[in-house]
Amino acid sequence: MYTSFYQLIDFHSFYDMYYKIFESLGLSSSASWMSYLAAGGSLSFLAINLLVLATAFYTWFERRTIARFQVRRGPNRNGPFGLGQPFADVIKLIMKEDTIPTEADKPVFTIAPIALLAPTLLIITVIPIDDASFLATLNIGILFIVGITSVNSIAIFMAGWGSRNKYAILGSMRGAAMLISYEIPMALGITSVLLISGSLAMTEIVAKQDIWFIVVMPMGFFVFMAAATAEMSRTPFDQIEAESELGSGYNTEFSGIKFAILFLAEFMAPIVTSAVVTTLFLGGSQGFDFLPGQAWFVLKMFVVIFILLWIRSTWPRLRIDQIMGFAWKILMELGFVNIFLIAIEVAVLMDPVTGLLTSQDLLIMAAINWVFTILTLVFLANLLGKRNYDRPDPVPSPLANMQPKGEK
Amino acid sequence: MTGIRTEPVTVNLGPQHPSTHGVFRLRVTFDGEEIIDLEPVFGYLHRGTEKLAETRNYTQIVTLTDRMDYVASMSNNLAYVRTVEDLSGIEVPERAQYIRVICAELQRIASHLMATGFLLNDIGALATPLIYCFREREKILDLFEMLCGARITLSYMRPGGVFQDADQDFWNALDILIQELPHYLDELETLISKNEIVLARTRSVGVLSDEDAIDYGVTGPILRASRVKWDLRKANPYEIYDRIDFEVPIGVEGDTYDRFHVRLLEMQESVKIITQCITQIEKGSIRADVPYFIRPKPGETYQSVEGPKGELGFYLISDGGVSPYRCKVRAPSFINLTPLKKMMLGWKMGDLITILGSIDIVLGEVDR
Amino acid sequence: MYGLGLIKGLGITMKNLVIPSRQFNVYQYPNKRATPWDLAKINNSKPFTYIAKNPLTTIKSFVGLVNVEEKLPQHPNFRGEEFAWYDNRCTGCASCAKYCPLGIIKIVTGTSGVNSQEGQSYDLEVFDIDIGRCMFCGLCVEACPYDALHMGSGFEEAQYQRSNLVIDINKLKSAEKKPSTWFRPQLVNQGHDPISGDTADWRKVGRHEKPSQEDQSERWAKR
Ligand code: SF4
Ligand code: SF4
Repeated sequence: MYTSFYQLIDFHSFYDMYYKIFESLGLSSSASWMSYLAAGGSLSFLAINLLVLATAFYTWFERRTIARFQVRRGPNRNGPFGLGQPFADVIKLIMKEDTIPTEADKPVFTIAPIALLAPTLLIITVIPIDDASFLATLNIGILFIVGITSVNSIAIFMAGWGSRNKYAILGSMRGAAMLISYEIPMALGITSVLLISGSLAMTEIVAKQDIWFIVVMPMGFFVFMAAATAEMSRTPFDQIEAESELGSGYNTEFSGIKFAILFLAEFMAPIVTSAVVTTLFLGGSQGFDFLPGQAWFVLKMFVVIFILLWIRSTWPRLRIDQIMGFAWKILMELGFVNIFLIAIEVAVLMDPVTGLLTSQDLLIMAAINWVFTILTLVFLANLLGKRNYDRPDPVPSPLANMQPKGEK
Repeated sequence: MTGIRTEPVTVNLGPQHPSTHGVFRLRVTFDGEEIIDLEPVFGYLHRGTEKLAETRNYTQIVTLTDRMDYVASMSNNLAYVRTVEDLSGIEVPERAQYIRVICAELQRIASHLMATGFLLNDIGALATPLIYCFREREKILDLFEMLCGARITLSYMRPGGVFQDADQDFWNALDILIQELPHYLDELETLISKNEIVLARTRSVGVLSDEDAIDYGVTGPILRASRVKWDLRKANPYEIYDRIDFEVPIGVEGDTYDRFHVRLLEMQESVKIITQCITQIEKGSIRADVPYFIRPKPGETYQSVEGPKGELGFYLISDGGVSPYRCKVRAPSFINLTPLKKMMLGWKMGDLITILGSIDIVLGEVDR
Repeated sequence: MYGLGLIKGLGITMKNLVIPSRQFNVYQYPNKRATPWDLAKINNSKPFTYIAKNPLTTIKSFVGLVNVEEKLPQHPNFRGEEFAWYDNRCTGCASCAKYCPLGIIKIVTGTSGVNSQEGQSYDLEVFDIDIGRCMFCGLCVEACPYDALHMGSGFEEAQYQRSNLVIDINKLKSAEKKPSTWFRPQLVNQGHDPISGDTADWRKVGRHEKPSQEDQSERWAKR
């Protein structure tokens, strides 16, 4: 019942449709590649626009949720529940004058927003929203994601450098340093997933999750989430924009449509990241039968997004050196330890002939990993905790001499 | 590191910057992220309050003091009217003194809430604690509205008392407020002062030693955070503070965290002071018989109060006319800015913002 | 333990999210979204009759498309715009003008002939208050010895031109008088509430009852 509808948004149905059209036009010799192109083009067009639309609603969702956390109302004037707000914002941004600073490096300045948006859009191609709904089955899907997200740091640096503004440069310097550092823990988190799934293809990873990987390896999830938050530069790691320090960091000088694109990329990142997290750790489209897989996927994404927003509206921001320290001193070690543990477990438990892990094996791993994770975190917490909580009682300075009048 | 040639970068923070708390400019030289030099520039909000005061009569100046430290108008009013009373020898009725103390303490809570909220906003907490603080501050502003019809520019006090007695609405609302406030303050404390990220950002950052604090003439929560137990309410009790029992909280080492923690503790103390005032206050007159146009005898005086930001003092010279010959304001925010360089050198850009936030300046007062 | 504070913080924000009484007291300023029940109340009819009569509006209001105007509730003491000035009480003494720190009240008086009973009396020719520069400190009200000038209770009276912000004597005379109870304890005692729309005439607002015509004539006649 559902499949018939969702198959409509499928490459093959598009291909067949175009093939018939081209054939009826009498182009049967070249119909094959032309319909291939046309189907791909239509599908990309559809996907990009859907994603942009989703981002628009995501901005609304984010603003409303954070407003609720902040005991406010959030946008509620445009349309029912303020749902028209994102469109009003977009129209406002597009209508605005698109200024380029005279001292700016114009080509770099112009390309930067596109360079930032493109990788984010590309990630969605390899994410399987359901068993049959995806744009591409790359057998190196996750590697593709890791590769493509690295472009972000270049794009942010281009934006900052090109606008020739000191705040922007400071912001993009921070961005470059931070994004590159956090790619390592992120890759480590992903590697631990790959050790179990034994495949780089996203569909395979989903299929292997008889037991969700968040249950199997909480530590890996923690490392990946922390790194992904930093990659998106959300609190507590939002050093790139740091609006209370740098104005608005790398996008200080952008306005009009360019700012709209930067804004789009920035708000698309949580959607895409939560999609990746859902695929890697939350079992993708797995769920019970009363809802289609796509719905489960979106539901899980919402849960991840909500948790991100919850964190964003509660925690303050770390300083840049603390962020870098966290990446190199804590997160990377945790990542390595996690990989080491999982590798041993996999080596011991895996069936040497078929190379498969049964769900029983996964449960055993989960039990070991949870105990280990809790122990590690408690140990780490105690190690770090000593420094901060032990504080002596205040001692009045001997220089103080507060004597009320008349008292001696 | 040798081989890489680096250059310091000079950045103009402000006068238009989200975290300078007004139109304040800091010319900072960074070496990478580290501050190696800085120079505060102010005067962008100079309105000539002191000069304007010379052309107004003594009561009219009350309206000018509202606009100096615009988040703590009551304290400004109090400091000013106390000076005029001292200059012209006016006796203030007891009830008026109690009401004034209640107002000043409410204003202290409001101002500290704002300081705390903005400090956290500067640390980067996306305005959530700020809005929790504002929610409580709003209740205090509602109280002020009941009391005197305005929320920010209060002009409530007059030489010789206050202009209007507090009505029943006010007392009822005040009771509710002081019952609820300690709970909210506790919550705020849990939300912030136990949060590891805040601790990491504020502990041992921007330390100001007690000697330096005294040398620079710093007052208020910043001085007390540097372990110096100095509070004008205790050291030189004015109004009816000598009848009230309260503590003077001090910090441990004088870092950003202490400056903000002292404020949190002070709010609790203020609640205590208000509670005591409510039990002690009696019916009576609220304004001494003072003519509209006060003509003090020629002379001069200096009086100060412990405002939310520090020692707020007025120096008035009278030549016997209806307006002062000279009016000088000792603005705590301005003087608290002087050790800025001492606190900030060697810290990172993010710390610059938090240290500036922890001083809690109000530009209306700095530039006057 | 390290990290516990972070989790506690999350708990507190969640608490503030779910407990409705913690929400900021936000008014949907200036308009409030109205439910059919609100609309019925505004139109003074029973909810069901209203719904039966206006099905379209009801559906709209369910979706959240009907807004009604709502102003922030204030305390009667609020010092606002729209000064309430009673020409029957004003003697043209200009205390208010003298006492205003900004000097924005302009008063011109002229003689209105001699009243044999009361002596010389003045006519007010000009009484301008330049609201555009007023800071609503209320010193003028405090200074008025005859309780003729009162603070108003309005706000949000924006105009396109500064000159429209000057309230002249005709406007003041003809305006609806909703004096604030600020610095007027007699109004508080009478339970006057300008915010709910109470108006007060000149007889009501004085601290002392103005002597009646007979009393006056008697007093003057004796001299
Ligand atoms: S309220 Fe103040 S500024 Fe306005 S007219 Fe009266 S005295 Fe002048
Ligand atoms: S002070 Fe009162 S009576 Fe005198 S002119 Fe002003 S409004 Fe009229």
